[in-house]
Amino acid sequence: MEDMKEIILKYVIDEYLEDDSDEIGFDTPLISGGIVDSFSMVSLKRFLENKYKISIPDEKATPEAFDSVNKICTLVNAFLK
Amino acid sequence: MGYSDKVRTLYQEQLKALQDAGIFKQERFIHSAQAADIEVEFPTGSSLKKVINMCANNYLGLSSHPDVVRAAHEGLDRRGYGMSSVRFICGTQDIHRELEQRVTEFLGTEATILFPSCMDANAGVFEAILTADDVMISDRLVHASIVDGIRLCSAMHDTFKHSNMEHLENKLQLHADKRLKVVITDGVFSMDGDTAKLDEMVALCEKYDAMVFVDESHASGFIGKTGRGTHEKCGVVGKIDIITTTFGKALGGASGGCVSGRRELVEMCRQKARPYLFSNTIAPVVVSGVLKVLEILSKSTERRDKLETNTAYWRQGLTEAGFVLKEGDTPIVPVMLFNAKLSQDISRDLYAEGIYAIGFFFPVVPQGQARIRTQISAGHEKHHLDQALDAFNKVGQKYNILGKTKQEIIDMYGM
Repeated sequence: MEDMKEIILKYVIDEYLEDDSDEIGFDTPLISGGIVDSFSMVSLKRFLENKYKISIPDEKATPEAFDSVNKICTLVNAFLK
Repeated sequence: MGYSDKVRTLYQEQLKALQDAGIFKQERFIHSAQAADIEVEFPTGSSLKKVINMCANNYLGLSSHPDVVRAAHEGLDRRGYGMSSVRFICGTQDIHRELEQRVTEFLGTEATILFPSCMDANAGVFEAILTADDVMISDRLVHASIVDGIRLCSAMHDTFKHSNMEHLENKLQLHADKRLKVVITDGVFSMDGDTAKLDEMVALCEKYDAMVFVDESHASGFIGKTGRGTHEKCGVVGKIDIITTTFGKALGGASGGCVSGRRELVEMCRQKARPYLFSNTIAPVVVSGVLKVLEILSKSTERRDKLETNTAYWRQGLTEAGFVLKEGDTPIVPVMLFNAKLSQDISRDLYAEGIYAIGFFFPVVPQGQARIRTQISAGHEKHHLDQALDAFNKVGQKYNILGKTKQEIIDMYGM
C-alpha cells in the first residue's frame, strides 16, 4: 500500500506539477484543488490501468474518486484481484 | 413570459460578479481602418484619440492595404455581396475553389477546405476525422478553439507539458494501442509568442506512427523564410498532416479560415465537419481579398522581412529599457508584469501616452503571469516603435519596474 501511494504520488508530481509548484501530499485535493483538470485525468486512469493491470470503468473514474492520492489508492485496491 | 424578473436578476448578478472580479470585458470603438495609426473612442462617448496600435494581429499590415481593398471591391462587383447558402448547396463559387488551390500551394500541402473561421475549422476537424478508437494528444497551452474542438470529439484526449518532447514521447508510448493518434499543437503560441518544436515533433510522430496537427493562425504569412509558417521555419514542409489557419490575422485580417493537409482528411472534413456543413460560405468579397494577399506574399518577402526587422528592433528596445520579456523571436512580445492590477494600470497609462496595448491576466493567462502583450506589424514604421518605446519607458519608470527582476516586481506589486 505504501509503495502504491509513493508510486502514484510520484506519477502525479511528474505528470502534472511544474518545476516551481508547491509540494503536495497523499491528501492534497487534486481535481478540486485545480492540480489535475478533468481533461488530464485520462492519462492518470490509463497509467493506473497499465501499472496495476486493472480496468477502471468510466463510471467509477469520477473526479471525486481521483481527488487525492489516498482516494486513488482506495479505488485501485477495489479493482485489484 | 419566460424571461421573468427572477431570471433577469440571475443574469444581472452574474454580470456584476464579472465586474467585481475585474474581468468584465469592454470594447473600445475604433473610428478608422485597422492600421498602425488608429482613432479610438474610449471610454465610450469620449472624443476620438489618435493612438498607435500595438495589439493587432495585423502582422503584415495588409488589413487596409490598397491593393487588397481594391481586389475586395472588384470581387464585390463581380461576384456579389453574399451567397445565401452553405458551400455544398449553392454557396461555392469559382473563387472559393481558386482560394483553396492557392492556400494549398502556399502552405505546401495536398488539399485545403475553407471554413467560416479558424475557430470553426478547429471546432469541426477532430470530430470529422476521429472516432472513440483514437486518441488526441495536445500541448497544454493550445488555443481555446482547439480545446473546444477536442471536447466535441469522441476520441480519447490526453495532454503533454508545454513543448516538452520527452513528456510527449511518454504519452505516445502510453497510447500506443490506439487505432489513430494525433499530436496537436499551435505553431506559434498566442499568449507567449514561442514556437512549437515541429521538427522534433514530426520525428516523434514518425517513430510512433502518429499524425501531426498544427494551428498556424499566428504564423501563416510571416514565420519561416518565405512566410509559409512554422513548418517552414522548422524544415518540415510537407510533413504536417493537418494545418489549420486563419485569414483573420496576417492574411488580410477580415475573416475565414481553413483546414489544409492530407487529401483524405480534407475530404473527410468536406463530408462531415459540422461548421462547414451548417454555416455559411465565406463571402466573395473576403475570398477576393485573401486571393490578393496570397498573390502579394507569393511575389515578395518584403513585408515579412520588415516585420522581422521591426520585431528585433522592438525586442531590443524593451530589453535595453529593462523590461522583463518572454523570450522568443516572433512578433508577439509579452511584457511581463505578473500582477493583474499592474497590467491594467500600465495599459491605461500607455493609452494616455497614445499607445494602445492591452493587459492580459487570469484566466486568459495563468495566475501570476499578467502581462501586456505587444504585437508588432510590418505596418509599423520606426517612428511608431520609437514613440511606443518612449511611452513604455516613461510608464515603466513611473512604476519603478525597469531593470527589475521578476521576483523584485512581484515583491513590489504581488502576484
